[in-house]
Amino acid sequence: MKSFGEIRDSNLERDIFLNRVLLAVVATFLMVFLVIIRLIYLQVYNHQHYTTLSTDNYIKVRPVAPPRGVIYSSDGVMLAGNRPSFNLVGVPEKIGDTDLLVYELSQIIDIDRIKQRQIIRTLDTATRFAAVPLITDLSEEQVALFSVNSHKFTGVTIEAGLSRFYPLGEDTAHLLGYVSRISNTDKVRLQDSNYAASQYIGKTGVERKQELSLHGTVGSKTIEINAEGRLLRVVDREPPVPGQELRLTIDSKLQRKAASLLRNLDNLSGSIVAMDVRTGGVLAMASYPSYDPNAFASGISPELYTAWMNSPFRPLFDRSIQGQYPPGSTVKPLLALAALENGLLSSHTVKCNGWFSLPRDSHRYRCWEKEGHGVVNLVEAIERSCDVFFYSLSNDMGIKMINTVLDRFGLGKATGIDLPNEEKGLVPSPEWKKKAKKLPWYPGETVITGIGQGFLLATPLQLAKFAATLANRGKVVEPFVIMQTEQRDSSDSEKSDDISTIKNLPSDSSHWKVINDGMVAVVHSSKGTARGIGYTSKTKIAGKTGTSQVFSIGQDEELDEEDIPDHLKDHALFVAYAPPINPQIALAVVVEHGGSGSATAAPLARAILDQYFNGKVDAEQSSLSASY
Amino acid sequence: MRNNLVYRLHIDTPLLAGVIIMCLLGLVVLYSASEQSLDLVAKQGLRMLVGLLLMLFVAQIPPQRLAHWAPLVYSGALILLCLVLLFGTGRGVQRWLDAGIFRFQPSELMKLVVPLMVASLVAKKLLPPDFKTILIAIFVIAIPTFLIGRQPDLGTAIVVAASGLVVLFFSGISWKFIRNSLFFGIAIAPIGWFAMHEYQRQRILTLFNPDNDALGAGYHIIQSIIAVGSGGVFGKGWLNGTQSHLEFLPERATDFIFAVYCEEFGLIGVVVMLLGYSLIIARGTQIAIYAQDTFGRLLAIVLTLMLFISVFINMSMVTGQLPVVGIPLPLISYGGTSVVTVMICMGVLMSIQTHRRLVF
Repeated sequence: MKSFGEIRDSNLERDIFLNRVLLAVVATFLMVFLVIIRLIYLQVYNHQHYTTLSTDNYIKVRPVAPPRGVIYSSDGVMLAGNRPSFNLVGVPEKIGDTDLLVYELSQIIDIDRIKQRQIIRTLDTATRFAAVPLITDLSEEQVALFSVNSHKFTGVTIEAGLSRFYPLGEDTAHLLGYVSRISNTDKVRLQDSNYAASQYIGKTGVERKQELSLHGTVGSKTIEINAEGRLLRVVDREPPVPGQELRLTIDSKLQRKAASLLRNLDNLSGSIVAMDVRTGGVLAMASYPSYDPNAFASGISPELYTAWMNSPFRPLFDRSIQGQYPPGSTVKPLLALAALENGLLSSHTVKCNGWFSLPRDSHRYRCWEKEGHGVVNLVEAIERSCDVFFYSLSNDMGIKMINTVLDRFGLGKATGIDLPNEEKGLVPSPEWKKKAKKLPWYPGETVITGIGQGFLLATPLQLAKFAATLANRGKVVEPFVIMQTEQRDSSDSEKSDDISTIKNLPSDSSHWKVINDGMVAVVHSSKGTARGIGYTSKTKIAGKTGTSQVFSIGQDEELDEEDIPDHLKDHALFVAYAPPINPQIALAVVVEHGGSGSATAAPLARAILDQYFNGKVDAEQSSLSASY
Repeated sequence: MRNNLVYRLHIDTPLLAGVIIMCLLGLVVLYSASEQSLDLVAKQGLRMLVGLLLMLFVAQIPPQRLAHWAPLVYSGALILLCLVLLFGTGRGVQRWLDAGIFRFQPSELMKLVVPLMVASLVAKKLLPPDFKTILIAIFVIAIPTFLIGRQPDLGTAIVVAASGLVVLFFSGISWKFIRNSLFFGIAIAPIGWFAMHEYQRQRILTLFNPDNDALGAGYHIIQSIIAVGSGGVFGKGWLNGTQSHLEFLPERATDFIFAVYCEEFGLIGVVVMLLGYSLIIARGTQIAIYAQDTFGRLLAIVLTLMLFISVFINMSMVTGQLPVVGIPLPLISYGGTSVVTVMICMGVLMSIQTHRRLVF
């Protein structure tokens, strides 16, 4: 329209155009230059850096967890081993919808609501790019079901591994302890690349004490992966060094016997510790109630753990080395020995009327035999466990001397056994009382300490240890459960002097004979407190019963045993060694609130000794003796 | 005239040579990028053949007729774009139209249609164009840009808009006008930011700090840069790229195929590729300079430059200098519509070159 009449100035148009083309060409060269500069920067200047990154992308060094050391008993039975297990693991970033995942999983694998919530919680709290276990220990059927359906689950795979396994289950639970998932506090404690691949760590018992040698050394494998993290091939591997095998001094049959004896008690708690008096090697150590350590290895549910933690029966508590009980009359032989050493004649007698009182004091310290024992000498006082004899003895000796003798027999201090968390009991003294209670020491407290009551506390292991010292006529052996490597082949040898520090208690052998006679009489004389187990025993036993009060009955009150609530009933104790000449085994039995030592604890000791000496127990005999 | 058969078929030999070289190079890289899938290579080869035939066909059409048909072609392409928005397919975005036996992206076609339309528009009048013509031209550019942006395909929308604006630039609009427009553009840029989809904003942000989001949007850029950088001067060798073959590279057959190339052929390979593109671009520029009328001149330079700009954007994006906008590498990236569109553009260039009236 307007342009119709106009004449195009072709040359001008072309000039403008060529100008702009020139500009464009310059711009083009600039842009090409930019690209080239960038490429030189990436491919030449930073080549090394990106080569490293590229290699890191597909070559990964993955740590390989070492198999944990196997634990055997002295008779070669596996107590803790490893079995293959399959775990379902997931990488949170690669799983889209966790709710959907859990729903899909529940369609093929039976998981309850609690477990479902737990899986979601695990995924939500997991650290980035780390595979976290969702379901541990799948059955073969579940593995198959998942494999068939694996296309539905991105970011979730099955991982083969080894699970800790305790064939004897709760029979060895406290002794061996258990392994469990490494917690955050463990991680802080470890700070160790050796645990890079490890899922579990020993938490209690031998598993904890021997963690370093049981764990082994981490290995590694260099693998090539693709972007999805799928393994393409293994480039290189450095195998892990398996954890050290351990052999314990434990006799598996005796251990099981001890555990089953306690289990068969009517709802009572307790502990049995037996040791070889020649070496100090612990033959059996059981605590009841117990728990199944395998539950930890396969990922314990918080609900079960809480239930165990809060149970009034305290199944996780190792009564053998942590339970502290008044030793009661079991300490009487120790006091008797101290008295002999300090010049008391074995012919010394005391008349027992059924009670004892301090001069200028009306308080009556009663003998367990209300009618009194009449005139008793030292052997008879041990045999019949005459309280009045020992009240009088203690009063004459004084707390200082009592304290010294108990200390010499290892009470009030840890035995140093190779297990964690051992308690050390308590041997009271006026100094201790002043410090701990801010109160002065009363003479009456000396009197009751003499029969193992009052503040005095000891663990079952300490009782077994002093029983062994009595058996050895003063030769102290230190208890232990882990055999050193060089000893593995000579577990039964008597050349054991090099294992433990021998601390002999010097004493006249005639004194030891008196004590030994008293303890043999406890079991084998017609008036002995534990005569019930002595009648039918093929092996001679030296023992001492103990019945320790948990609760004081008032001065003149009479209570029927049935009227006392269970948790206030006396603890039943029994210490023993056998045979009296050339003794081999010493043991201690404690049954919490079990009533009297002679009725409840002694028959258990008898059954253990029968098992030890005969290899099997005559059930009829043991039930017969138990009725006494 | 010198070579009778070639001349009568309206073939421009240097351009054809450049195109064939780049196509063959593309197939070689694709074979590696596709995990040695002959299937995929054959499919792409077939599309290239279709593209070559279309190129030859377009070359037969005189430029004047193209100018004449421009409004019709433009309207048709707009209708296709609307159809995409209504019936389109694609993952999360609507880019493809399913025509039964083949699917294609009308937005790719716009890279040719918009410059064609704008060139025919401004060439009708005296140059430089007056304000009214410029306004009409901007309107003509804005409609398809908006429609493509809605798909959403920010990268293509920008390229399409640029192709139209570049025509205006070469038509000789005054520097004053350009300056004012730039100021205006900067002033309204914040509005554009809010009009963008969240993922588009994310991409721009990611460009400045890829490590911020190592698994998400930044992952592509990081892995791509690692691939390029680890290639070095000589490359890891054909089929030996670990980044590509272990699936660390995303979109390695399409938008990120240049990363595969850099990893396997190194800096030397890139120089060779740039030389190949230079052959096409230099010849295209020459054709524009020697074109006899305004329309041919404008169209030729714009089609040539847009090819270069696509190359530049793709390479910058792969090497982490521009946001990931989804512009394929011309003739190399896997994908039918892109290859066919580039070939048709080459056909237009050939037509402009071979339909010149003999002067003197």
